[in-house]
Amino acid sequence: MGRNILEEYMNRKYDADIKPSPQANLIKDKTAIVGIGETEYSKNSGRDELDMACEAIKNAADDAGIKVEDIDGLETFTLDRTAMPFIVSTLGLKNLRFASEVSFGGGAACAVTLHAAAAVATGVAKNVVCYRALNEASGHRFGRGDGYAKYMISAPTPHYGYTFPMGFCTPLSWAGCWGRRWMHEFNVTYEQIGWWAVVLREYANKNPRAIFHDKPMTHEDYMNVQMIVEPLRLFDCCVDTDGAAAHIVTSAERAKDLKQKPVYILGAGQSAPIEQEIQTIYNRPVISGLFETWYAAHEAYRVAGVEGKDIDVAELYDPYSLGGIMSLEECDFCERGDAGNFIEGGDNIRVDGKMPTNTNGGLLSEAYIHGYNLVNEGVRQLRGQSYNQVKDPELCMVTAGPGVPSSAMVLRN
Amino acid sequence: MVEYVPGIPILKPYIDADNKPYWDAVNDHKFVVQQCNKCKNYYQPPRPMCPECLTLDTMDFVPASGKGEVHSYIIYTTDKMAYPGMKIPYAVMVVELDEGVRITANNADDIDTEEIHIGMPVEITFVDIDDSLTLYQFKKREA
Repeated sequence: MGRNILEEYMNRKYDADIKPSPQANLIKDKTAIVGIGETEYSKNSGRDELDMACEAIKNAADDAGIKVEDIDGLETFTLDRTAMPFIVSTLGLKNLRFASEVSFGGGAACAVTLHAAAAVATGVAKNVVCYRALNEASGHRFGRGDGYAKYMISAPTPHYGYTFPMGFCTPLSWAGCWGRRWMHEFNVTYEQIGWWAVVLREYANKNPRAIFHDKPMTHEDYMNVQMIVEPLRLFDCCVDTDGAAAHIVTSAERAKDLKQKPVYILGAGQSAPIEQEIQTIYNRPVISGLFETWYAAHEAYRVAGVEGKDIDVAELYDPYSLGGIMSLEECDFCERGDAGNFIEGGDNIRVDGKMPTNTNGGLLSEAYIHGYNLVNEGVRQLRGQSYNQVKDPELCMVTAGPGVPSSAMVLRN
Repeated sequence: MVEYVPGIPILKPYIDADNKPYWDAVNDHKFVVQQCNKCKNYYQPPRPMCPECLTLDTMDFVPASGKGEVHSYIIYTTDKMAYPGMKIPYAVMVVELDEGVRITANNADDIDTEEIHIGMPVEITFVDIDDSLTLYQFKKREA
């Protein structure tokens, strides 16, 4: 019999039929993130995305202590609207030999690093920069439905044809359906899920990069704010942001001689489990979980040779609160169905808690750079440079967008 | 119930070779789902090959009950994430049909958003939006 992924998922037992040994994985411990960079995060940049992408890339190169001209690989999202030829022209890159784009929006947030590391580990390129720039606050807001009416007459793909005609065309509402089912099956309360937003705001209040740095928020504030799409409130939503972020991947050997303490890629994986539509995942047997996050996280664990209990700090993709909260279960930081209890009161995800999570304020309160700011925060934690520094962390879990083909990685210092 | 805003067109389904029989049936106020005639599994959304049998020529469209229960739902309570061509509040329900597949659709005229709950028995009804578009919604049914 072949693999029954649903049974594995329900029984919390990851058991791939095809298993290249972790030793055969050329990325593991042999590649590292050596530089990180970003622009200011704002609600109105007044700048082009190309402009911001190039600044973030230059900042990452400066951080690493490598010359911009030594970058020979580019990696971004298919959703990025900067064109690679203009990145090359603007930065004066003379040695480009590798370039690729990963699709499915936020699901690609760790896959780009995986692809960059694969290029480095196989010798295709030496220094690959992963970047993402977006004017999500002031420019095109793909999280909103109002724009569609202006330029579309039909759903953009066949599978969206079963949702867009019903006025069901925004990520928050798609997530609300599996989120509500999860809350229903496990008796999770609105009071419980509110703690995610509250703790992340506490982190953001100590992080000067964060959009919500100067705006405290209490649990009472959370409970009193309006519902946007029931069951999700305004403070369950990520913060639309203008900005860019970048990180540079090179070999572990070259990393030793660079400016910063290397952060090694210990394991990484991509996932596209069965019946995986684009966030409208309602025809898989179970919708009260994030199948793709579980799958990617466990492939990353398998390669890394670690388990959830070994992780010291987590940066979990939270385009809306429930995406991050449910990921706590999928990464084995708590039992399936127990994440509501786990975050109640907030202590377990605070900096000295059982699993400090989204220590920059996450996508809800630092910025929404499509997950790249979570990668940068993971690197900062392992270097000891975070504004909300966990004590001597060794391993960091980073995940990418749920509800779409996704990815995850384990970093170590 | 769903109220449409005059002057803002409702986005149409994306018709391709695989799903044309599904949407053609909806135009005729009939509801069909895809079934593999070899393994008898039902599939939604329609696809060109049976993922169980790996056969290209066994995928039929068969009449479906259109009856099921609400598996989950959301309610648009503000216009921020809603479609501008529809007045708030309106709901989208994920309904598990007797055949096992799940279908998303709005609440029909007889269902207020406040009365929707998981497990609620519903069935498909059709609504002609305009001359070129017919959609399905879910209305109440006796359990």
